[in-house]
Amino acid sequence: MNSTHLHDWHVAAGAKMAPFAGYDMPISYPTGAVEEHLITRRSVGLFDIDHMGQVEVTGPGADAFVSKIASAVVLDMKDWDARYSLLLADDGGVIDDLFIYRMPGKWWIVVNASNRATDVAWFNKHATSDVKIKDISDETYMIAVQGPKAIELMDIVSKVKRGGGSKVSEFPRFTSGEVDISGIPVLFGRTGYTGEDGGELFFPAKDAEKLWKLFLSEGEKHGIETKAIGLAARDSLRFEAGMPLHGHEISPSINPIEAGFKWACGLDKDFVGKAAVEKVIAEGAKRKLVGIEITGGVPREGYDVVALGADGSAGAKIGTVAAGMFCPTVKKYAANAFVEPGYAKVGTKLGIVVHGKAKEGVVVKRPLYIPAYRR
Amino acid sequence: MNIDKNARYRTSHEFARKEGAEIVAGISDHAQESLGDIVFVELPAVGKTLKQGEAFGVVESVKAASDLYMPMSGKITAVNGDLEGDPALVNKDCYNKGWMIRFTPTNPSEWDGLLDAAAYEKEAGKE
Repeated sequence: MNSTHLHDWHVAAGAKMAPFAGYDMPISYPTGAVEEHLITRRSVGLFDIDHMGQVEVTGPGADAFVSKIASAVVLDMKDWDARYSLLLADDGGVIDDLFIYRMPGKWWIVVNASNRATDVAWFNKHATSDVKIKDISDETYMIAVQGPKAIELMDIVSKVKRGGGSKVSEFPRFTSGEVDISGIPVLFGRTGYTGEDGGELFFPAKDAEKLWKLFLSEGEKHGIETKAIGLAARDSLRFEAGMPLHGHEISPSINPIEAGFKWACGLDKDFVGKAAVEKVIAEGAKRKLVGIEITGGVPREGYDVVALGADGSAGAKIGTVAAGMFCPTVKKYAANAFVEPGYAKVGTKLGIVVHGKAKEGVVVKRPLYIPAYRR
Repeated sequence: MNIDKNARYRTSHEFARKEGAEIVAGISDHAQESLGDIVFVELPAVGKTLKQGEAFGVVESVKAASDLYMPMSGKITAVNGDLEGDPALVNKDCYNKGWMIRFTPTNPSEWDGLLDAAAYEKEAGKE
């Protein structure tokens, strides 16, 4: 079991710890997962996400390589831009989802912890001799600072060295820059996984505890509520905001069309998996990812989705829940589920079987919570 | 760990407390603490008769669902309807406002087999 540099801090703070992607991670703090979710929606949440991996790509062939392995168009990116992309297998299955950063003379690819080894092997397999792939995950620390006051706090603590503006608040969404925080060199991306404004920070692993404590103390000093947030709230935040979690809404056995990610596929360029994606588009997806709200229970991963008879009785199985939970901001019990295309329309009534009983549900528009930066 | 001295307990962390001829039951403070935020509680129909150790409902925390077991055999006379709108009452006040069921015991001698407060405190402390 791996542990992050903040492991002792989490334990001392009273966090409930559990294994996630091979790391012993904080699931929630004594604050409580629901309150942690709400703090991130109203002020600032601080997330230890050092389990995420980072891969640096350089060399004369780097541009062509990144464009080839990423489903998204990347060659129009300017220095300091950051962009979401999928990493597809030849059969169109989703190996991972990525955040790609373009910087002067190099690319950075941020990968999920559980897929790091697979991704790096995939990169190496596809890299031509003029491309250099370097896994820099171990020496690079990653935390996220998220919430409506996150950028205000960033402006207080940071000085911009290079990037999309003279202050972090001037960085457009999905851009990045190099900043200095109390002498620590940080790459700041105005990105995140919560549906709130804020960013993700990359910096030398040895400075993890110093930077973490600095955010907490500066937040307190300036009257900006700033709390450590565990992985349980991270999951409910991303779920409400409609973001996928690899292994649930996307996976090697799910293609981008089924999961609603055609927008992340640059079909006017060549990329690994493109032919498979085009085939699914031409033939039509056999199942579709939908949001379902239910009453009278909590839907969970793996539960059956069933058709409902006119009297509300459970009929045939028409799908499976990929992820489900209580959503603290919208106060709903909701699921993301893959269902037969005929049941995917918003407003369709169907059931989810919870502890042996079909609970009534309805297909709803995703996301349940519109990200702040899209409003 | 907060223990209701007047209650008795199952090792699966349900409490039972005598109130007149009835028993009030729910989960212990130790249980709510280890479950974390409770987001849903499924309770039985009033009038249902259940045996000791049989599941009477389900408590759903943020991350998991756990069955709830009858501390004694009995016939359900009331369930706590407030938990429908505010399941977090179980976190805030498990022994009082966060109670789950009331029942008339059908085998009152089962009370004697439950853990008293001191024994439960010792048992829960091992975890």
